Amino acid sequence: MGWVQSYRLRWRRKRWYWRAKLRERQLFPVSDRTMTIHKRHVLLFCCLRNERVRLPFFLKYYRDLGVDHFLFVDNDSNDGSREYLADQPDVSVWHTTGSYRHARFGVDWLTALMSRHGHNHWCLTVDADEFLVYPFCDTRPLAALCDWLDASEVRSFAAMMVDMYPRGPIDAQPYVEGLDPFEIACWFDAANYTISRNPRFGNLWIQGGPRARSFFADRPQEAPALNKIPLVRWKRGFAYESSTHMLLPRGLNLVYDQWGGEKASGCLLHAKFLDPLTHKAEEEAQRGQHYAQSAEYLAYRDGLRATPDMWCKWSEKYINWRQLEILGLMSKGNWA
Amino acid sequence: MSLGFIMLCHTALGRAAQVARHWAERGCPVVIHIDARVSRKEHDRLHADLAGLENVRFSRRHTCDWGTWGLVAATQDAAQTMLDAFPCVRHVFLASGSCLPLRPVEELRGYLAEHPRADFIESVTTADVGWTVGGLDAERFTLRFPFSWREKRKLFDGYVRLQRRLGVRRRIPEGLVPHLGSQWWCLTRTTLQAILNDPRRTEYDRYFRRVWIPDESYFQTLVRLHSTTVESRSLTLAKFDFQGKPHIFYDDHLQLLRRSDCFVARKIWPQANRLYREFLGPSETQAPRAEPNRAKIDRLFAKAVDRRVNGRPGLYMQSRFPVQDRENGKTAAPYSIFEGFADVYDDFDSWMSRCLGGRVHGHLFAPEKVQFAGNEKIYNGCISDSAALRDYNPKMFLTNLIWATRGERQCFQFGPRDNQDIARFFPFDVNAHVSVITGAWAIPLFRTPERFSDVRGEAARLQKIEIEHLAILRSAPVKARVRIWTLAEFLENQVEVLQTLLDEISPGAARRLTEVPRLVNLTGFGRFLQDLRNQGMQPTLLGEFQPGDNIALPVARRSRPHVVK
Repeated sequence: MGWVQSYRLRWRRKRWYWRAKLRERQLFPVSDRTMTIHKRHVLLFCCLRNERVRLPFFLKYYRDLGVDHFLFVDNDSNDGSREYLADQPDVSVWHTTGSYRHARFGVDWLTALMSRHGHNHWCLTVDADEFLVYPFCDTRPLAALCDWLDASEVRSFAAMMVDMYPRGPIDAQPYVEGLDPFEIACWFDAANYTISRNPRFGNLWIQGGPRARSFFADRPQEAPALNKIPLVRWKRGFAYESSTHMLLPRGLNLVYDQWGGEKASGCLLHAKFLDPLTHKAEEEAQRGQHYAQSAEYLAYRDGLRATPDMWCKWSEKYINWRQLEILGLMSKGNWA
Repeated sequence: MSLGFIMLCHTALGRAAQVARHWAERGCPVVIHIDARVSRKEHDRLHADLAGLENVRFSRRHTCDWGTWGLVAATQDAAQTMLDAFPCVRHVFLASGSCLPLRPVEELRGYLAEHPRADFIESVTTADVGWTVGGLDAERFTLRFPFSWREKRKLFDGYVRLQRRLGVRRRIPEGLVPHLGSQWWCLTRTTLQAILNDPRRTEYDRYFRRVWIPDESYFQTLVRLHSTTVESRSLTLAKFDFQGKPHIFYDDHLQLLRRSDCFVARKIWPQANRLYREFLGPSETQAPRAEPNRAKIDRLFAKAVDRRVNGRPGLYMQSRFPVQDRENGKTAAPYSIFEGFADVYDDFDSWMSRCLGGRVHGHLFAPEKVQFAGNEKIYNGCISDSAALRDYNPKMFLTNLIWATRGERQCFQFGPRDNQDIARFFPFDVNAHVSVITGAWAIPLFRTPERFSDVRGEAARLQKIEIEHLAILRSAPVKARVRIWTLAEFLENQVEVLQTLLDEISPGAARRLTEVPRLVNLTGFGRFLQDLRNQGMQPTLLGEFQPGDNIALPVARRSRPHVVK
């Protein structure tokens, strides 16, 4: 890559940064407890809308992993999510009525918060239906991973999205508050992912999984991207390029080894295909606030109406991170 | 007879205090060096933590950057303090603030009492070390290193290159033979005193000040001058990864550490509460000791390094995406590709799967859909039979299939009618076993009821594709095991060829060919080929066929069973 393109990307990054600074004006603090953030805290950033049912388990899951402080952007929920979050002792919430789409699907808002509060912290950016699994997550807290990454001079950590689905129709067993979503949606696809390298940003582009085979079998290039880099040792000026799929500066996207070795990586278990989805797909398809005019949600709506069952006899049942490691979806790298 | 500890601390001072107290309370004098960069507040807190302990001293503070002289200077001063303040100390053990004793001090004392004159220090000549990272071993002692490797890597590397080019060399002080080894040692009072009071110490110090990573060479080299019994190994368990960084121990390593026979381990994650609780707790609460098994720890960390450096062959994933030819195995396991066999025999797939006792696929790369064995719509690993999904990335389709079915050999058909993208991948894979009958594509054309003019065009197209494919298979860089027969050759020796294939797939099974697949009816095939020629299309890949040739049928062959030697 020549210096011209490097320079361009630099300007692109600056543009995202200042754009985020502008969009920050759309955020209004509901409860700001950021004064309690300590120098070594691991922070979680999340942008959500109407996820009240999922929140109790979400918070419990990440508290158990060792997240020290949560920073939420609430995009005008009307189901009590905001009020619930405001009551939590380790949560700061901002409210916005701005357009999700115009804020680059929430990325601008989160970038603004991260550059203000996340500088020099390990920052985890996830959606309310994404659950991080990393090597040894059952015995070692997130701080152990972050310390090890620091010691290895690694600044970013990859965690591919693994779509989880239930056996049988998606709306057969509704999700109840506080329940582990993976008690219902405990199945996943083990080895049907395709990977290519994005020469411009240097990241890998991963597609596949149940979404590709169920909803995009005839137009695979439109299948959603599954590569994610959710955990980053943040510095002011960093910027996510498109959701958390890739970010600038480009060096942060080099989370993979090109000479045959394996770097450490995790997975984001994606609990999207649960009962609230069928209603949500309808709503989001109409709102048109998501990527490519919510084309993904349109596909789900149509796909879910036609074939509600994503399960097949080769689906793997989720057990633990070691299973994902053996299947080659994630790796311990040289962390032992 | 007493044992003293030197502790070099720079972070997690709370844990260091815990360990120092553990040793001090068990009658071992401790001298602590605190890195000069540690803040006043933390420094004072450590002093306060250890106040009231008679046998704890603090030595003069130095700045300890990784791989710099500061570490040696700190050790020297601490050792001097130890020798001066505690005349009863016979052995001095060098540890860090993130070390943790694994066995009771009494056991260590007893062990040292058995070896009263031994100096436990890893000390290896530069020619014999295999573990230096960065390729600098002998040159550590002959070049100058004014720039920090951690912070100014480019300057460091550039200056090393410049010195190599100019042929600049430092003179090693007379009488010194450079040795390297782990920084963590346990020396006798006599040896340590001799090193510290050496009349030429100023000269040595001046020299080592500019050696790269002197903490791994100063004592290791000088001990060879003064010690009578060097026991070249470290009593501290420290494992290093491929970057030369120490592996860190966590709570889940408890059982492993219990079973190591080492006295001290490094380095421990400061928040590994369970490890600190278990190993610093009163000895009687410790669970009974299992048989020492150090090999297990070695294996664990060797595997980790191997995974990071070589990875799992045939795996393509989010954190392993090798560039071409650096895959260390393009696919995960051997597989077989049959080209033309399904055209010659009506029931080749089912015959093959009966012989092998496994599943055999049809044309995986057929243009309409993926022909999985048993016509499955979704296969192992949830791989879909959609042609569009497959053609989106044919290479990953194949590597995924081989990865997902590790342990079960994959066999599939291929031919010029199929998507040819993959034919630029498998010829260069050592795991591919390719068997080709050239020109077999003519048989389905011969049997089709379509108009002859259409057939002629199709024949020309397939022949062109196959010629290109054969050129790849016969090119020099091919890694696959390739066997090629023309159709005529194959029909001559069917049984031998089939037997070879089976032997190759399951060697050692020595399966005798009990049945052959059903050959298609080839009556009139010679005439068909002549018709093609008459239409101006020259079939070049089939071998010699005469018009009106009577093709040998397998019925005739069956009377001559194949004999396996």
